[in-house]
Amino acid sequence: MSELLYEDVLPGGTHWSFVVRRGLLLRLVDVDGGANVGMLFYNPANLLERYNAPDTLKCQHTFKLTRGNCLYSDMGRVFCSIVDDSVGWHDTVCGNTTRAVVAERWGTRTYQACRNDWQLNGHDSFLVEGGKYGLGRRDLAANVNWFSKVVVADDGAMTFDVGNSKAGDHVDLRFEMDTLVLLHTCPHPLNPAADYPRAAVRYQFRSAPPMTEDDACLNACPENRRGLENNRLYHLIG
Amino acid sequence: MLKESTLAAAAAIYRAVVPAGDYWLHEVKAGQTFRIVDVDGNQAADTLFYNAADPFERYSASDTIRAQANVYLGVGSKLLSTDGNVMATITADTVGRHDTLGGACATESNTVRYALEKKTMHACRDSYLLALAEHDRFGLTKRDIGHNINFFMNVPITEDGGLTFADGVSGPGKYVEMVAAMDLLVLISNCPQLNNPCNAYNPTPIELLIWGEGA
Repeated sequence: MSELLYEDVLPGGTHWSFVVRRGLLLRLVDVDGGANVGMLFYNPANLLERYNAPDTLKCQHTFKLTRGNCLYSDMGRVFCSIVDDSVGWHDTVCGNTTRAVVAERWGTRTYQACRNDWQLNGHDSFLVEGGKYGLGRRDLAANVNWFSKVVVADDGAMTFDVGNSKAGDHVDLRFEMDTLVLLHTCPHPLNPAADYPRAAVRYQFRSAPPMTEDDACLNACPENRRGLENNRLYHLIG
Repeated sequence: MLKESTLAAAAAIYRAVVPAGDYWLHEVKAGQTFRIVDVDGNQAADTLFYNAADPFERYSASDTIRAQANVYLGVGSKLLSTDGNVMATITADTVGRHDTLGGACATESNTVRYALEKKTMHACRDSYLLALAEHDRFGLTKRDIGHNINFFMNVPITEDGGLTFADGVSGPGKYVEMVAAMDLLVLISNCPQLNNPCNAYNPTPIELLIWGEGA
């Protein structure tokens, strides 16, 4: 594992954002198990270029995200590659909790009554973080839900897997281009817990080892080789 | 579940045929019934909905999926907006399953999915961009192109997390019908995709019908 450059812990039910430079590795660690990290990606040089869940899934013929998968922008490029993953399944179709969903499921805990133990939702969290970069509701898209697994039956019905991520589980993202990252630690919208789940997440920045010809993400499918070639052209001509 | 409509085409107050590769942008008012017909079969109608009174509110695939806890669309599905409001409800369907995960093809995603040299082939998101540019009075831009519905497309998901573009479950003359719950702007790209075996590499027309007052 490469040298640790920075780390911090986000408590459950909070939000944050940062710009990650190409060549850095972001490790997310589920501190106590049962975490959920909602995440969106944008190109800071062109905020109209953003994470596209449909392209990510259909380019790789997958419904789940795990090691070997690339996360695609709507411009056919790769924001980041999943170079390591102890979890095995991350969701990117179920979206977020909203204020209404949280109130219906877990009741209302206001800031006035509960201070920082209030119950934030993923949708509002993205609006707040996106607003710091001039992004609004028009710019939100289907997000990743790291650590969360939802299985699909033949008839399309979805079931949330309560035990998917354990304490200490991690996922490593190698950034293939400069990327604006919005994230929150609000619960997955299909989490059936009786009380608002509040799971902390540790995030670490490390330098990513250079991609080699035997790289798992590069070789996962011919599509990824072409997506990363699109990145090469982007960095060649800017 | 399959359910036929009781509405006669002859009673429709609006009818239009959209050739493969063209777009259709039209208002459907609250209470009106809106039908999309797969004229020759196994065509993909890549559809976006906007709130006509506030077009920055638009169809949300992830909110629709979350709220119905199901990844497929069919009779009874409520199509939700980014603000959590019902935009339309599917009331008749002779196909049985529609996709809302696969998104719309783009020149850029074609380079990844098929081959780098496919980048100049006509794609749905080009049709969307042209439609919004030609109707800039709505104030909509690329920012507002969200994740669409692919009516007539069958994209099964396996229990172990695989995703496949299966042969179409649609056929000539099959249709889907919905009732608008708010005044809608509907933007359809009738998909020009020439690289996908789902349509036998042959995109074909769709027909659109509207019943109700004021079309």
